[in-house]
Amino acid sequence: MERIKTLETRDLCESA
Amino acid sequence: MVHQYKLNGYNIVLDTCSGSVHSVDDVAYDIIELFPEKSEDELVDIILERYGDREDVTEEDVRLCIDDVRTLKDMHKLYTPDTFEPLAGEFKKRSGDVIKALCLHVSHTCNLNCEYCFASQGKYNGERALMSLEVGKKAIDFLIEHSGTRHNLEVDFFGGEPLMNWDVCKEIVKYARSIEKEAGKNFRFTLTTNGMLIDDEVIDFCNKEMSNVVLSLDGRKEVHDRTRVDYQGNGSFDRIIPKFQKLVQARGGKNYYMRGTFTHLNTDFTNDIFTMADLGFKELSMEPVVSKPGDALALTKEDLPILKEQYEILAKEMLKRDIEGNGFTFYHYMIDLKSGPCIYKRISGCGSGTEYMAVTPWGDLYPCHQFVGDEAYKLGDLWNGVTNKDRQEEFRVCNAYARPDCRDCWAMHYCSGGCAANAYHATGDVKGIYEYGCELFRKRIECAIMIQVAHDALGLEPIKGATAGGEDCDSCEEDCIRVE
Repeated sequence: MERIKTLETRDLCESA
Repeated sequence: MVHQYKLNGYNIVLDTCSGSVHSVDDVAYDIIELFPEKSEDELVDIILERYGDREDVTEEDVRLCIDDVRTLKDMHKLYTPDTFEPLAGEFKKRSGDVIKALCLHVSHTCNLNCEYCFASQGKYNGERALMSLEVGKKAIDFLIEHSGTRHNLEVDFFGGEPLMNWDVCKEIVKYARSIEKEAGKNFRFTLTTNGMLIDDEVIDFCNKEMSNVVLSLDGRKEVHDRTRVDYQGNGSFDRIIPKFQKLVQARGGKNYYMRGTFTHLNTDFTNDIFTMADLGFKELSMEPVVSKPGDALALTKEDLPILKEQYEILAKEMLKRDIEGNGFTFYHYMIDLKSGPCIYKRISGCGSGTEYMAVTPWGDLYPCHQFVGDEAYKLGDLWNGVTNKDRQEEFRVCNAYARPDCRDCWAMHYCSGGCAANAYHATGDVKGIYEYGCELFRKRIECAIMIQVAHDALGLEPIKGATAGGEDCDSCEEDCIRVE
């Protein structure tokens, strides 16, 4: 079962 | 750094250095909390001891969940280390002396006598004054000259009450518009007003030229009229509400903020926000009062838990109204997870004293509007530029990593070190820590992200960030007021 739902977010490391 | 909290029935995990947000169940919540210090077998034992009586929690399932956590760590979405400190100074160094925003104090006088005014009824502890058109045009030239390659330039008409010098405001806008294309710039004007002098002509001009208008309203009539009074002591609520409603309607209900102040006397400030919403205003902001400790209106230590609970009440009510299709926005809850600020923005500080300055009616430069009137913080003037380089340097190094205490704070990449003026007034140092403000800020961020998680769970539209409005805003599309 899905216990973790990861929301779509801007990747801060990429934004560097 | 990982920050975990439970709010409104949601278990939320923030990986602050990657920006990741996870909504998890109780089992995953506990695993994520214990993962850094326990072996897999130890984790399995602990979780089965806590949840083993549940049918959906088996050893195999727990090991799968641990594996998911490990995968997220490998993908840099959990336990991501903070490697950003070297970037904090780099952005400002790279920007050099670029200035992109000015707060124009076009009026150091006001037609209201608000009890809590940080600007001493608009005079900033000095003489009453109005900015001349000559100074206003010089400010525009100064901004263009010092803006480097920046395209978007911001000018806020501020005071005092800027509408008491409205003709000059309009001429400044006309002047900027006449030269912006040739200069390769896009001016975004904003107006902050108490509303007393709004009329049809002001509304028309604002709707053509102001990317955003900030309208001062404290909520309930009895709350508003207790502090926002004229010089005869009469409240202003009944005079400004129809004007604000007309202006907002004429703007198509967009690109404005109702901006209230709450004090020790209305710690139940959510009722003031709901009053604004019920009056038809949907873009709302409500801020804690800036005042000296001991002042009758100053927020107290005892108020803090009440205020934090109020922010939770607000978040839950906003969700309820969103579901009912009658939502409103609250400035501090407008976090855009997908198109929010880059890491440079998040760690470089607010920009006061470097890319953002306040200009007095006679053309002096200060780090921001809250330092105006404090002669020690005068940076220079429009004709000679920044001459107090030592003072400016204090602000240049004022970033998220400048305060040792901030390094252990999970919210560091959301606040960027906070408001330098608040820190200065609370501690006497722009790099001090205004802990009271930090407590409120952290609670607001927790509530804002909970709303995002709830929107995701309920299939509602994600919340968008706070835009500057105007032609570069992509949120209003074809019905934007700036599209001709």
